[in-house]
Order: sequence, then structure tokens, then C-alpha cells
Amino acid sequence: MFDWLLASPSERRLLGEARLRGPTAWVIAIMSFSILIIAAAGLALASTAGVLTRAIEARYSIEVPAGGGNVAALLSAVRTIPGVKSADAVPELEMRQTLERWLGPAAQSSDLPVPALVNFDVQPGANLAAIQQRVRALAPGATIATHREAVGPLLRSLRLLQWVAFGLVLLLSLAASAAVVLAARGALDTHRFTIEVMHGIGATDEQVTRLFQRKIAVDALVGSLAGAAAAGIVLLMLATGAAFAGELTGGATLSVGDLILLALLPLALTALATGVARAAVLAALRKAL
Amino acid sequence: MGLRYGTGAEVLRDLDFRLSDGGFYFLTGPSGAGKTSLLKLLYLAQRPTRGRIRLFGEELTEAPREMLPQFRRRIGVVFQDFRLVRHLSAFDNVALPLRIAGASDEQVEGPVREMLAWVGLADRASARPPTLSGGEQQRVAIARAVINRPDLLVADEPTGNVDAEMAQRLMHLFGALNRLGTTVVVATHDVGLISATPGAKMIRLENGAVTDPTGALRNPPASPRGQR
Repeated sequence: MFDWLLASPSERRLLGEARLRGPTAWVIAIMSFSILIIAAAGLALASTAGVLTRAIEARYSIEVPAGGGNVAALLSAVRTIPGVKSADAVPELEMRQTLERWLGPAAQSSDLPVPALVNFDVQPGANLAAIQQRVRALAPGATIATHREAVGPLLRSLRLLQWVAFGLVLLLSLAASAAVVLAARGALDTHRFTIEVMHGIGATDEQVTRLFQRKIAVDALVGSLAGAAAAGIVLLMLATGAAFAGELTGGATLSVGDLILLALLPLALTALATGVARAAVLAALRKAL
Repeated sequence: MGLRYGTGAEVLRDLDFRLSDGGFYFLTGPSGAGKTSLLKLLYLAQRPTRGRIRLFGEELTEAPREMLPQFRRRIGVVFQDFRLVRHLSAFDNVALPLRIAGASDEQVEGPVREMLAWVGLADRASARPPTLSGGEQQRVAIARAVINRPDLLVADEPTGNVDAEMAQRLMHLFGALNRLGTTVVVATHDVGLISATPGAKMIRLENGAVTDPTGALRNPPASPRGQR
């Protein structure tokens, strides 16, 4: 399967010892670095969006404009509604502290009416309409808000950014492929004479392609791994901040699966470069007799 | 058959001849007569723009290019400009046809050393073409062309850069191959070479056409074994 990678010394001598003409390995290293950073960001965004979605999916808030002393009763009543998994009241002190950011010390004034807020989570498959009916019966002036709606725009932005990241990974892969095609054509031009001699003596396209394929694969692998190593260092430096962000979002960091996927990306880039180079060389050789 | 390059005039016109299997042919004619173009058709570097070429019993005019390598491996070619790979040693240049045919490094070693010794280059095996003289390069090119014991040997001015003694040795080598069954076609201006080769036929080209369609026989082929 990998016999083309294990070319004999005599086969290697056919194209000389020099690596690919031009900065192909460097271009692939830069692409590999960029792809890994962007892919890691995309995966982290996907993970964050997933955690956020799971956290708010089944969460609702009851806002009682008048606030006041019936919150405890409301909370007890809500907890008994079938389908409600858990319910918690947001303490008035916490509400006032939150308002203080906008209103200043006036937020602590007893003259300022503070609405009561009860958050509750529903069980999967719960009858939401029935729950809402019960809540309105218990607190006629209350409004019920779904967290999903409130955080929806943020989630949509996160998802969009995630797809933008994956799109960029795709574009960078295409750019790397284009660089490899140019390198392959350059290498063909450089070795045109050798190829003509080989063809004249009876070499098949496959034999000629094998030489270039091996050379490009080695350069692509070296470039990919160098880029991946640099990206790994940057990602490690970002790890502390990422862990902090993970705590904020309830554990949204890169999973083991994400890390395996990232580790496979340089190999995938090498395979892509090799395949593209092979196709480019074969296509060019077919133009000759 | 005929051959033209691009939209230019035909460089070969209305050629119609057969090479006997095991024959020895000289291709002569003034410069620009089309000798090299005709040789290119013989070693399958060109397809005719009209007409047909039948080689080794196969119609190759329209043959798919994937088929051509197997036929090219049966043809040895000595190019006028040698066409040696500059970054390969003399040894590796001579070994190229064997390696392309799938021989291992061990299988290549003996025959290549023997062939280099035969052309007087045993001590130049590791030298690269730019460090060899014109005559030495030509001998490497000849060694490469005959190492595979081809069924058809095509040589374009093979003795142009070697001294008289080496020219004689090379013609002896061609003659020996011919006696073993190889059909030999040599393009040359050297009349002495032609007259010194008994049993050879001559094909004379002028302005892209064979001037003597009878083949201007000097001697009948030594041992005709059919038709190529």
C-alpha cells in the first residue's frame, strides 16, 4: 500500500535529492498551522454552543412584576406542577445587585419595586402549555419567558461562527491543494527531460507519477507536521484561557474526540496534498504521447 | 504514411516500407531529409499524421497511449544528442531500462557492469554525464540502448562522436545484437560504416520521401525471419 513511499535509492536518484521546487513545504506548514487553529476555534465554539443549548433548552423564567412576599408560595406551587423538574427563586438581593449596575445605589432603595423571578426546568416531554396554564393561575400577572428565545441570537451567532470556521478550514485546504498543484507542475517542468527519457525507455505514467507522489508526500508531511507543532504550542498557550472559558460556560472545552480530530488534520492535509499532486501529475503526463 | 508538425508542411511524405524481422538497415540522406523524424516514428515518440504504422505485429497508429510503454521497452534508442540524465551516474543511466522493466538493484548490477566494460567505461561507472567527453557520453547512450537486448534498435548517428576504433567496436556490437535477432536501424552519413556492414539494407530519404523504393539493397538481409 505504501510501496510508493518506500522508493528504492535508485528510484529516488531519478529526481535528484533536492526537495520540491519553491516554498511548498512552507506554504503547507502555514496552511496546516492556520487550519488547526481555526478548526480548534470552530470545535470550541461548537462545544460551547452545545453546552449552552443543553443548559437553557428546558429552562424557563417566571417574572412576577409586583414581586413581594408570595414568591415562596409560588415557588412551592411551581415545584408541584407535573413536568417541572426543578425550580429556584432568584433572591431579591441578587436582583438588586444586578440592577445596581445600571441604577447605581438607587437599586438598593426600598422604594424601588423589584420583580420576583423564578427559574424552573422542565422534564423532557413535559406538557408546556399545561404548565404555563398552571403558572398563570397561580400568579395572574406573571409572564413566562423561555431562555432559549432570550439566548437564541447568541446561539445563532455561535453556530454561524462555527460554520464560518469550518468553511475557512475547507478554503485553506483548497488553497493548500492549489499550492500543491502549482508545485507539482513546477516539478514536472524541472524534470521534463528526465520524464521524456523515462517515457522513451518505456516507463509508464504510474512509474513516473510514483516518483513525484513520494516526493510531494514527504514535503507535505514535513510541512503539515511543522505547522501542527506550531499550532499545538499556540493552543497549549491558550489552554489556560480556554479552561476559564470552559468554567464560564459550564465545561465547554475541546473533548478527547475533538483533540483526536485535530491530531488527524495534518495527516488528512498530507493525504489531500498527495492525492491532488498525483492527479495533477497524471493529468499533465497524459498530455504527452 | 506521412508526418507533419503542427500546421507546417509534411516532413515525411508517402513513406511505404517494411523492415524485415532481424534485418540491418541504414537510413541515409542529406541533413533535413527527415531521418530523425522517421526514427521518432519508429521509436514511438511520434504518431504519423496520416497512414499506419505496424510494429511487432500490432497496429500502433491509433493504439491507446497506455499500450505504448510495453512496446517502447522492446526498442532501444541511441539519440543523436545522447539524452542522458545529467544527475544520474553512467551506471544509473545504463541501468535505467532494466529498472523501468522492473529489475531489482541486484539484478541490474552484473549486466550493467558488463556492458560498461564492453564500451570501455568500466572505470567511469560513477561519473555523471557532464564530466564525460562526447564520445564517452555516446558510449553510455549506446550501452543504455542495448542493455535490454531490444527487439528493435534505432540509432541516430551513433558513431558521430567516437573514434574509428570505437566506431568499429560499436558496429560489431550492433552486428552481434542483429545476429541474435535484433532488427537494427542506423541513421548515418558515414558511407564507410555502411560499406563495412555486410548484409545491410539502405533506405535513402530525400525531402521527406524514400528516393529508392526498392530499398537500394547492398546485400540481402543475413537471416530474414519474417516482417516487422
